[in-house]
Order: sequence, then C-alpha cells, then structure tokens
Amino acid sequence: MATAVAPTPSMFAPVSTPAFAIREVSFLVLAIATFIFVVVAGLTVYAIIRYRRRPGDDGREPAQVYGSAQIELAWTVVPFLIVIILFLTTARYIFAIEGRAPTAQALEVTIVGNQWWWEIRYPKLGIVTANELHVPVSDPANPIQTFITLQSADVIHSFWLPQLHGKTDLVPGKTNRTWIEPLVPGTFLGQCAEYCGLQHAGMLLIVTVHPKDEFAQWVAAQQAQAADAPAARAGREVFVSVACINCHTVRGTPANGVFGPDLTHLMSRARIGAGVARNTPENLRAWVKDPTSLKPGALMPAMKLSDDKLDQLVAYLVTLR
Amino acid sequence: MSVLVPPIETPEAAAAGAGWPARLHEWVVTVDHKRLGVMYVVAGLAFFLIAGIEASVMRWQLAAAGKTTVSPEVFNRLFTMHGTTMVFLVGIPIVFGFANYLVPLMVGARDLAFPRLNAFGFWAFLFGGLLLYFSFLGGDGLYGAGSAPSVGWFAYAPLTARAFSPGNSTDYWNLSILVMGFGTVATAINLITTTLTMRCRGMTLGRMPLYVWMMLVVSGMTVMALPPLSAAQIMLLLDRFLGAHFFDTQGGGSAIMWQHFFWFFGHPEVYILMVPGFAFVSEIIPVFSRKVIFGYPMVVAASLAIGFLSMTVWAHHMFAVGMGSPLNAAFAASTMLIAVPTGIKIFNWVATMYGGRIRFATPMLFACAFLFQFLCAGLTGVMLAVVPLNWQVTDSYFVVAHFHYVLVGGLVFTIFGAIYYWFPKVTGRLLSERLGRWHFWLFVVGFNVTFLPMHWLGMIGMPRRIYTYPADRGWDFWNLVVSLGVLFQAAAVLVFVVNVAIALRRGARAGDDPWDAWTLEWATTSPPPPYNFETVPVVGSRRPLWDLKYPADPDGPHE
Repeated sequence: MATAVAPTPSMFAPVSTPAFAIREVSFLVLAIATFIFVVVAGLTVYAIIRYRRRPGDDGREPAQVYGSAQIELAWTVVPFLIVIILFLTTARYIFAIEGRAPTAQALEVTIVGNQWWWEIRYPKLGIVTANELHVPVSDPANPIQTFITLQSADVIHSFWLPQLHGKTDLVPGKTNRTWIEPLVPGTFLGQCAEYCGLQHAGMLLIVTVHPKDEFAQWVAAQQAQAADAPAARAGREVFVSVACINCHTVRGTPANGVFGPDLTHLMSRARIGAGVARNTPENLRAWVKDPTSLKPGALMPAMKLSDDKLDQLVAYLVTLR
Repeated sequence: MSVLVPPIETPEAAAAGAGWPARLHEWVVTVDHKRLGVMYVVAGLAFFLIAGIEASVMRWQLAAAGKTTVSPEVFNRLFTMHGTTMVFLVGIPIVFGFANYLVPLMVGARDLAFPRLNAFGFWAFLFGGLLLYFSFLGGDGLYGAGSAPSVGWFAYAPLTARAFSPGNSTDYWNLSILVMGFGTVATAINLITTTLTMRCRGMTLGRMPLYVWMMLVVSGMTVMALPPLSAAQIMLLLDRFLGAHFFDTQGGGSAIMWQHFFWFFGHPEVYILMVPGFAFVSEIIPVFSRKVIFGYPMVVAASLAIGFLSMTVWAHHMFAVGMGSPLNAAFAASTMLIAVPTGIKIFNWVATMYGGRIRFATPMLFACAFLFQFLCAGLTGVMLAVVPLNWQVTDSYFVVAHFHYVLVGGLVFTIFGAIYYWFPKVTGRLLSERLGRWHFWLFVVGFNVTFLPMHWLGMIGMPRRIYTYPADRGWDFWNLVVSLGVLFQAAAVLVFVVNVAIALRRGARAGDDPWDAWTLEWATTSPPPPYNFETVPVVGSRRPLWDLKYPADPDGPHE
C-alpha cells in the first residue's frame, strides 16, 4: 500500500497541480502584502516615535496641515495600480484552474455529501465506497487527472483536501465540479469545511494516491462481489434480517439500502464513522452497538442486538474485505 | 415661598431625590438621545461579556485535541450564539448607541429628529436580544429540554429547514434578528434625517465632523442592506411554518439564494460595523496629534466610496459554492477595489500624526493599535479576494483570524478608545489612565496571541466550527497558544470593568473639555443637560472649538 499516514494538511505542502498553482499565487500575494505591511507599518511607527510629545513640551500647537492634493493623489493611484496587477493575476489563475477540461483518460468520481460522511462513486468503474478516496498518481509524461462531481444529499458540505486543491462546496440541488492531479503517491488528509450540523467535525476525508498498477489492483478488488464466507453465515443472517439492510448495501445480498455507506468492501477501509475511529473489530462492535459512543449524534441508530448476535454480526462484517 | 419663578428642574435633579423605582421609570420612558445612547452601549457591553464567556468556553474545548469539555451540541450552540451576539447584540447597538449620543451633539441639535422612534429602536433591539437568549429555555419547544440555535450566525439553508433543525431554536434566531433589524433600520433613518435636517447654523455638509459623515454613510448602508436580510428571514419563516420552498432544496428551493440574500446584507454589515471604527479614530487621532485631519475631503470621499463599493462585494463569501469563473473574477475585482479607499484612510490618519505632537492618552493608544491591526486585517482581506487562495482558506481558521482582526483588532479596539475618549463627556468623570494602560497592553497582547496564530492554523488545514480535531493533524500547539491568549484578553476586560466601576464612584472630575478637543460636544457641560446646548451654536468651520480657542487663526480660510 501507499505510504503511511499523513502529515499536517498544509496548503504549503502541495502534491497536486491545482494546489501547486494556488501555492504559487499565494506566495506572490503574501510577498506583496508583506511589502505593503512593512512600508505602512514602518511609516506609522516612524510617525509615532518621531512625533510623540516629549517631556518639556511647550504646549504649543504644531503647524496645521490641511492636506495635499499631490500626495493624496499618489496614495490613491499607487494602490490602484497594485490592485490591477493583483486582479489580473487572480483572474488568470481562476480561469486556468477552473477552466481545465477532462482528458479522455481522466478518472471520473462522484462524491455525495451526507450528514456526516462522504459517499464516493466511480460511475465508469461500478465502484461505490465511502470516506476514503482512492486515485491514481499522475506523471507528467502521462497525466491522469481525477475529475470530481460534487453533490449533496442533505445540507451544504465542502470538499477540502488542502494538499490537493482548495475547497469546492457540495450543494443540494446543484452539481459542482473540481479536479485534482496528484503527482506523488501517499495518503493525504482533509475534512468537510462547511458547517453541516452536529457532527461537522466528524466528517473527515482521506485520499490515498496509488501508483498506477496498485490503483488497478484496488479497482479490481472493489469490483469483486462481497465475500460470503461459510463461517460467517450466522452473522450474515443477522445482517439481512434486521434493519441494517434498510440503509446499507452489500452487493450480492438482499441489502440494498442507500442511506448509509456501502459495506460491500467495508474492511478495505482504514477507518469507520467517516474517519472518527480505526476500523478494528472492537470498534466495529462498539459502533454497531451504539454509534454515538464513537461519534455523538451519528444518525445511524443503535441496533440493540444481544451480545451473541452482535458477535455474529461483527464476525460477518470483518469478512467483507 | 418667596421665589416667584422656580428654577427649571431637570429630570436628573428630579430623579436624584427619588427612590430607585422613579429613577428606573425615568430611564424606561426616556426619549432623550443621550440616555438611549448610554443604554445601547451598556446593553451592548453586557452582551459583549456574555459572548466573550461563550468564546472562552469554546477555546477551553479546543485547547487540545479530542477534549470533551462540552458536547458537540453545546459547542455548536456556543459558536452560533457567540457570532450572533457579537454582530447583532454587541457591534450594532454599540456603534448606533454612540451615534445616538454623539450625532445630535456634534451637529448642534437638541435631540434626534424622531425621539420616540429612537426609543422604539432601542427597545426593539433589547427585546430581540432577550428573545435570542430566552432560546436557552424555549429553543426546543416540545421536543426536549430547550436549547439555543445551532445553525451558525449566517444560518445557511438548508440546514435551517425543519428537516435538519427541528424544534424552535432556529426560529428564535430568525425572529430575534428580524425584530432587531426593524429597530436598527428605524435608528438609521433617524440618524439620516437628523444629519440632513437638524444641523446648527453654519454647519454645512462640508463642515460636519468626520464622525457624523461616516455615521451618515453607515446609516445609508444600513437602510440598503438590512431589509434584504429581513426579507430573507420572512421567507425562512414561511418555509418553516407554512411549508413554502424558498430555500428548501428538497422542494425545488435554492440554498444558494439564501447565501446571496444573507451576504447582500452580511458584507455591507461588516462595513456598517467597521466604518464607525474609522469614525472614532478620525476624531481621536487629530485631537491627540494636535493636528487637523489631513485631507478631510478625501476622507469623506473615501467613506462614500466604501459605502458604495460595500454593496457590490457580497459574493466574495461564496467563491467555493461554484459560481463560475466570470462571477468569481468580478467579485474579486470589486473586493480588491475597496482596498483603495480603505488604504487612503489609513494614509490620511498617519499623515495626520506626521508632524504632530502626539499625546499617548489611552484613547490614542487604542487608535494606534487599531492602525496596525486593521492594516493586517485589510491585507488579509485582499489576500482573501485572491480567489485561488480563497479556495484554500475560506471557511478555515484563516477567515476566523481575518474577521477577528477586523472586528476586534479594528472595531473593538476603537470602541474601547471611544469609551475612554467620550466617557468623561457622558459621566463627567475621567477613567484612570493607569488602569487604562493596563487594559490596553493586556488587550493588545491577548488579542494578538489569540488571533495571529489562527491565520496559520487555517493555512495548515483547520476548518472553522469544528468542536474537536484529531491529534494527528499537527494543530495542537497553536491551538493551545490561541487558547492561552484568551486569559490575557479576559484580564484586560476585567481591568476595564474595574476602571469603569472606580471612575463612576470617584473618578477625577473631567470638566467640559478634558482633551482640548474641537467638536461641538465639548462645548457643553459634562454630562450635557437634556437640551444639550443653552443656546444653539453657530459654527464657521470644521473645528468650531479651534476657532474659539485661536480666534486669530480660524480654520475657515483653510477649508
């Protein structure tokens, strides 16, 4: 698998073409802003120190200066010119980043925001997963961008992976598009950036960038049918006989609910609850027993199963590799 | 009795001998612009303390990763109430409270044009504020124990729809701000009318104090910007109670439309709060530099330009919603353009100090800190207008840092400066300079320690409005620093409260004109009588008191 977890999601550590472009323009803007700050703050400090009232001041009023047309014209025109430069630069970057069209080999992904998790679909590959985005690395000789269609099932969310691109909102009733072009393999972090209700903080997002052949393996594994281990039949029976199937899908079983994450390859994911806990059998058991113990306010109801049934169910879930 | 003509008894004198019910009655029924102004500011400061406590609890929760000081529900209510309170119950009442008090005095009038409308405005504000806080008891209606709203201060649709916000808490947010909005518009109309029709003889528009000019601009912006919010709130009310679908995306409504309505109010609102800060320093800096403001016509023009441009920038809050490149570019342009008149003002203030003999009394200390902090806020504002950078830092702690540099580093600092400056006029007593310096330095340190690192936190990926964060993100250290800054700010506010309490009891007598200032409010007694001026003044320049003090060198010929 790709490299281990992930550094601080800093916009100054980009790994993808649009994030590089943003860092580039940000450095320019930061430089201009720092320059202006130093000049204006310097003048102010000078005025404060030079013209402070000193001990022994005779109390007379200083010369009254009412204004100067030339000076005021200068400090109107110069900022105006800086604004024009900044605007033209900004506009160029806006159109360059937003105007990128997908190439024939670009990967298409659809991400649907839900309170408080991400549904991730690969429409051309027939894959549905959640909370952990997998994409291929792009190399300059043979670029593979990932174009992402963003939608929402309930309220507004915002898709933000600082090392790959800035934010684009997921707005109900509106379809947005964004794109990434990761240039190095690895695992990178992000999370929902538009307040979306109780567990806004618990709507984390992980992206794993794979080398090309590794990505192909991941695709093949995700396209496979769900496991049906004979040893886990009892748990499977519990799963399809209680309310799980109203919300969750496991391909190849009667479970075809659409309100919760697709569980066909649940164990291929590193974390559960949109990133709030590691995906271990213990955490899975705690989650099924009462999701709010790991994520207060999570919309999945506590399943109120007996301990036996809970054990059987978890034994089944861990086979969904 | 041998006295044939009894002396005219002022209400204060009449109430002074009476018990507290009579005095309370005096304040409740008053239509005096000065008393209403004082009540606005006092109520605003009380809400400031409450919202500050809310913020402190949030910072306790965020001081380290994974803390459970408060539940997510409580945290979400806290940031909603903190933001709503600071904008609608602290910022607006304090800036309009000052205007209530000062505008009639500065233009040489005996009261505002519509005194009873003025009282209505205050009581609508206070009722709205109490209604908002009553939500802690009544918010959930029949659903549960009761709670405050938790939809954020800009209450984005469709999170405010019944499906996602059951109970009544969102309705408390909606109705209380609707009520306050009516009061604020009434006050703005009152200020416009007063400024345009009740100036004393000789005070042409070109001779008005800059404070009055800027409050005229602010009032104009208020009249333009608040009604769209009220309209949107009525639509939301219809959505929630009558099943309309304005913002209900499940029923074909538009979530984006709410954002356009809200920010069409919300961005001018930032200037409605900030231009009064400019107005305060435009009075304070000249007096303490002992120089006339540099380039008065330019400062007025810049204020008008800010007023107009502020109506054209609202969608810069929406660069991430997918408006498309042409609109993104257009709003980037208008937003950057507003930096020009704002920069002009900063240059004019610094030029006013240049060549002066600056006296660093507490009001001037706050004005100087404002210059640096607002410069920083303005520059991060320009950075936010650079759309690609905005995509990274919008809705992150960078934005939280930016608008706290505007509203605390800019506005709250100038409000404190203004309180130190005009307190002697209002109460007749001076605040302690020694405690004032303690207040100032504690607040400067606390403010910058709290809000400067937030810029960086946003740039390294921390979104706003999260009640906790994972430990592996590398955000712990700076969050701890931010939270420690709160202690300094709290200490500063405590010193301020003590300073006011002591000054009210045994502060030094101020006299009419303790700062040797130049505008008309200093020509009357401290505190001014109910009728403000014994005889309505006549002015011949922008600085009538300068003319009185230096009859050989009046201002008029230089204007």
